[in-house]
Amino acid sequence: MTAPIRFHVNDRPVALAVPPARRLTRALRDDLGLTGTKVGCDAGDCGACTVLVNGRQVCACLTPVAQVAGARVTTVEGLAANGALAPLQAAIQRFGAAQCGICTPGMLMAGASLLARNVRPSAAEVEDALGGVLCRCTGYRAIVQAVMHALDGAVAPADGLGPVGTALPRVDCHDKVTGREAFGADRAPADALWLRAVRSPHARARFALGSFGALHARYPGLARVLTAADVPGANSFGIYPHIKDQPVLAEGHVRFAGEAVVALVGDLATVEAIRDDELPIAWTVEPPVASVDEALAPGAALVHDGRADNVLARGRVARGNVDAAFAAAAHVVEMTVATGFVEHAYIEPEAGYARRVGNRIEVVACTQTPYMDRDEIARVVGLGPEAVRIVPTGTGGGFGGKLDISVQPLVAVAAWVLGRPVRCTYTRPESMASTTKRHPSRITARLAADGAGRITGFAFHGDFETGAYASWGPTVADRVPIHACGPYRMGAVRATSAAVYTNRTPAGAFRGFGVPQAALAHEALMDALAARLARDPLAFRLDHALRKGDVTATGQRLDHSAGLAACLEALREDWTRARADAQAFNGTGGAMRRGVGVGCMWYGIGNTSMSNPSTMRVGLSREGGLTLYSGALDVGQGSNTVMAQICAEALGVPVVALALVTGDTDRTADAGKTSASRQTFVSGKAAELAGRDLRARILRHANAGASALVEFGRGAVAVRDRGTARTIDLRRLETDINGDVFVGEGRFDPPTTRLDADGQGSPYATYAFAAQMAEVEVDRALGTVKVRRIVAAHDVGRAINPLLVEGQIHGGIAQGLGLALMEEFLPGRTTNLHDYLIPTFGDVPPIEVRLIEDPEPLGPFGAKGIGEPALIPTAPAILGAIEHATGVRPAAVPVLPHRLHALLRAAGKVR
Amino acid sequence: MASYERPTELDHALRLLAERSRVVLAGGTDHFPARVGTAVDEDVLDVSAIAGLRGIVATRDGWCIGATTTWTDVLEADLPAQFDGLRQAAREVGGVQVQNRGTLGGNLCNASPAADGIPALMALDAEVELRDAKGALRVPLDNFVLGNRRTARRPDQLVTAIHVPRLAEGTRTTFLKLGARRYLVISIVMVAATLEPGAGGTVGRARVAIGACSPVARRLGALEAVLAGRPMGPDLGAAAEALHLADLATIDDVRGSAAYRREAALILVRRALDRLAA
Repeated sequence: MTAPIRFHVNDRPVALAVPPARRLTRALRDDLGLTGTKVGCDAGDCGACTVLVNGRQVCACLTPVAQVAGARVTTVEGLAANGALAPLQAAIQRFGAAQCGICTPGMLMAGASLLARNVRPSAAEVEDALGGVLCRCTGYRAIVQAVMHALDGAVAPADGLGPVGTALPRVDCHDKVTGREAFGADRAPADALWLRAVRSPHARARFALGSFGALHARYPGLARVLTAADVPGANSFGIYPHIKDQPVLAEGHVRFAGEAVVALVGDLATVEAIRDDELPIAWTVEPPVASVDEALAPGAALVHDGRADNVLARGRVARGNVDAAFAAAAHVVEMTVATGFVEHAYIEPEAGYARRVGNRIEVVACTQTPYMDRDEIARVVGLGPEAVRIVPTGTGGGFGGKLDISVQPLVAVAAWVLGRPVRCTYTRPESMASTTKRHPSRITARLAADGAGRITGFAFHGDFETGAYASWGPTVADRVPIHACGPYRMGAVRATSAAVYTNRTPAGAFRGFGVPQAALAHEALMDALAARLARDPLAFRLDHALRKGDVTATGQRLDHSAGLAACLEALREDWTRARADAQAFNGTGGAMRRGVGVGCMWYGIGNTSMSNPSTMRVGLSREGGLTLYSGALDVGQGSNTVMAQICAEALGVPVVALALVTGDTDRTADAGKTSASRQTFVSGKAAELAGRDLRARILRHANAGASALVEFGRGAVAVRDRGTARTIDLRRLETDINGDVFVGEGRFDPPTTRLDADGQGSPYATYAFAAQMAEVEVDRALGTVKVRRIVAAHDVGRAINPLLVEGQIHGGIAQGLGLALMEEFLPGRTTNLHDYLIPTFGDVPPIEVRLIEDPEPLGPFGAKGIGEPALIPTAPAILGAIEHATGVRPAAVPVLPHRLHALLRAAGKVR
Repeated sequence: MASYERPTELDHALRLLAERSRVVLAGGTDHFPARVGTAVDEDVLDVSAIAGLRGIVATRDGWCIGATTTWTDVLEADLPAQFDGLRQAAREVGGVQVQNRGTLGGNLCNASPAADGIPALMALDAEVELRDAKGALRVPLDNFVLGNRRTARRPDQLVTAIHVPRLAEGTRTTFLKLGARRYLVISIVMVAATLEPGAGGTVGRARVAIGACSPVARRLGALEAVLAGRPMGPDLGAAAEALHLADLATIDDVRGSAAYRREAALILVRRALDRLAA
């Protein structure tokens, strides 16, 4: 160790006696406890670790601590002076420019360096200055606005009332803009050991483990090498109770490259220093099942012994006589679609720790689903669910990827076996290689229409590659056929699906569960049929839009809240003008061509034909404080704020009156998982019912009527009813374990029915609808596509919080754009965020949102869901716009420049 | 046990390199990404504290750019129009965070086929100054980069500067980059071009370099020869033809097929020339 390295952090002098080559991120986070600086990639690809060194933005992960000797380092913790937020921090909050918050410190630091020399930057200047920071949630536009207007001058602070329907800034934003929120990698007990999984380099292999004695002798800091034999309970996990097909640590053979084989536990320096090839693992490599074609070929090797055809699950929806419809059709169009793996690319890699507390185990980690984690960990450690406590940390983006467990079983097993806290933080390459992806798909679909141009039949089959393990494969197989025909009246329908095992990375849940892939097919068909009939694509969709009173392909009558037609009408004016503008532009010649496309979608909110209840509680303490105990996990989408707004409205109090306890399975009730766009609809309804229940209990206690006025005061509640007033002295009442004297509880389970063998029934209680329009410019010489503008119309039932709804729509569009144009995970090849491309500041165009509120009577104050619907129409709209611009419709995504160029070349349209 | 040296004097650094091979570290923007999740036991020579290695000075016949000069330094320096192309390249190197730390010398030594700086400097006829404990020599950039991640630098040598000659008054340069997204993108194709004016509104000397298409960025000598003496004008690019790119050993990978790269490179060359000659 050399002399201490001296520098200033946030104007405070520090001296660190650490290895000089240590990354500044580690020095700040591990040595100085300043965990506001985040680590997303350790490779300069994401910018989450951006700090200022002598006023200039740098990636702390690329800076050896030796090089800041004598320098002034500023981190997010140094922005707020004397507790008052800096203007940019306040603007991020006001504009809804932080969602999960993991990129927010990096955005703030890059923004601060810009504002220090430019107080009123243009959008382009903001994009250039912040272009080195990636965000996966917001779609960037809100961040651009926040930076542009940060120094606009005095802004009235939010009043904190936040009734339903108002754009209240998120209630949990303060900790996101100050760096105080703790994410998965940010906190752990000081004596925690580190765990690093050693993963298979082979897609399919058998292996034998030798003795670890030599390794222990060489590395005294190695506490234990865990193998499958060390797992105390069942060495298997998986989403479905009857398909636990993935081992925590592989047993003798591996099914994909990236599968955990053994886990090294020790001090950090040791587990990082050990090279994988030092492990005594004798591999016998076998040829992998490398594609769906290989998996379905006769005599194919089996990925799982019990699955004779490599098919995990099949789905089917059939209604009417499809064959007759096609036989009698005046017009038939057919399409194929191919999509690849898509990586969630949340900026926070999976992280957390576990500790044994007596005969219980606690897991503190980022997650989307604390209660499913609890049951899974209980099974793996061999305990009852009540012996497991899940304490979710801040979750830096999920999008479905953190519905599956990752670090949790590893650290839980290690902490249980070793009796010491154990932590683990995935590296970016490890996260990308080992966690789930969007299912690759290949789809064929056909539409039949009669002589009058009315659609009479729809046929669809999609194979979805589920990779090595089941994860959410059955969900995709179920959900796709239901949604396959799109939000249209299609006459006779036959839609089938298969989820197919291969020896590739497991595919799981990713925003939309296969529906975004299916939407590429139904929207391509709608465009093709409109073209065949010489109809305007938007008007043609309007003709066939599902409306109230229509019956879906599963035989479900839509009695309420079916606002697709209103969404399309909301686009019509822009559509007409943009199509004309594009035509005029294209008359001018040159390589550039503009086009405008439209995409529609529908999406069933909540689980498919399955009970998925949420329970919410709201307590009133002896002191008069109200606390919402919410098991609904906010992974950035804003449910903390939405639950509070709904519950406060039901109680008749301002949002600021509600304290929030979230996620902790010891303190909250099961509100299901943050998935299927269900939290606002399902948990929100439960929050409303909880608020009403609390009110009812107080009224009962006061013997007052239902219309009585309840006023919450310090230590007391006043109840006024028809001229009489009564005060309840809360201090005289008995408290429960949380210190509450009254507790209201609400439970909601959306009504659905089972589907029969033809997929007939009511799989969802309500559906969201949307139509989006994309304007693009295509360079026909290079095959590049620039999206110029998106207009998004969404029927959300009711926008509980328009700011957050718009944030979801922007973020979904950014991911849809990535799906369309650049995102493709190739196992073993795109293992970091510079080979795997997600949209940057310069790729997401201006977005206009049109909210349609066709109320859903079952939902809280009429609300449905928005998380997944936001993404689904975008890629089809972009592909339609490319076709409008060039006459070529790509069948496969992403439409990378070389692929579009090849299509243009084949069509003789390169210029 | 790994050592970490951060000398302030060049001579000291060269002595350390003469002792034994060390990993040279400057901005760290390529160093750390190659070490994600691992602890590497290695001797590091950090050259960032050697004051004389950073900055741009005008010399009798051009400019001397110190090896640890950052991309931001280039953008903020008072340099004439012949550096427009290098400035455009500087803005494309990662985000501002990377431009603030990444160095020109590091970019050359890392020798990635997709290094933004290499074609831009090739089109300026840049030379690389290599120094060891005994003395210095200059190598044309084309001879310095030998292959993917391979250079002519010996382990006991340090790249200390990049020399850029002063080109004729009125010289224009440009840099075009093709990628699948706007920021933080590894190039599919890069083109850097320089046009020196000749007599009577003609092209004097032309320099055209292509990056990210072959393991090493390449100058298009045949095209340069064709361009010399042609009249300047907005359709100069039409002089470029596929045969001028024929000897690129074109890369075929996930970012673009070889056929696509060849076609796109030709389009970008034409656009660059049209722009410069307009």
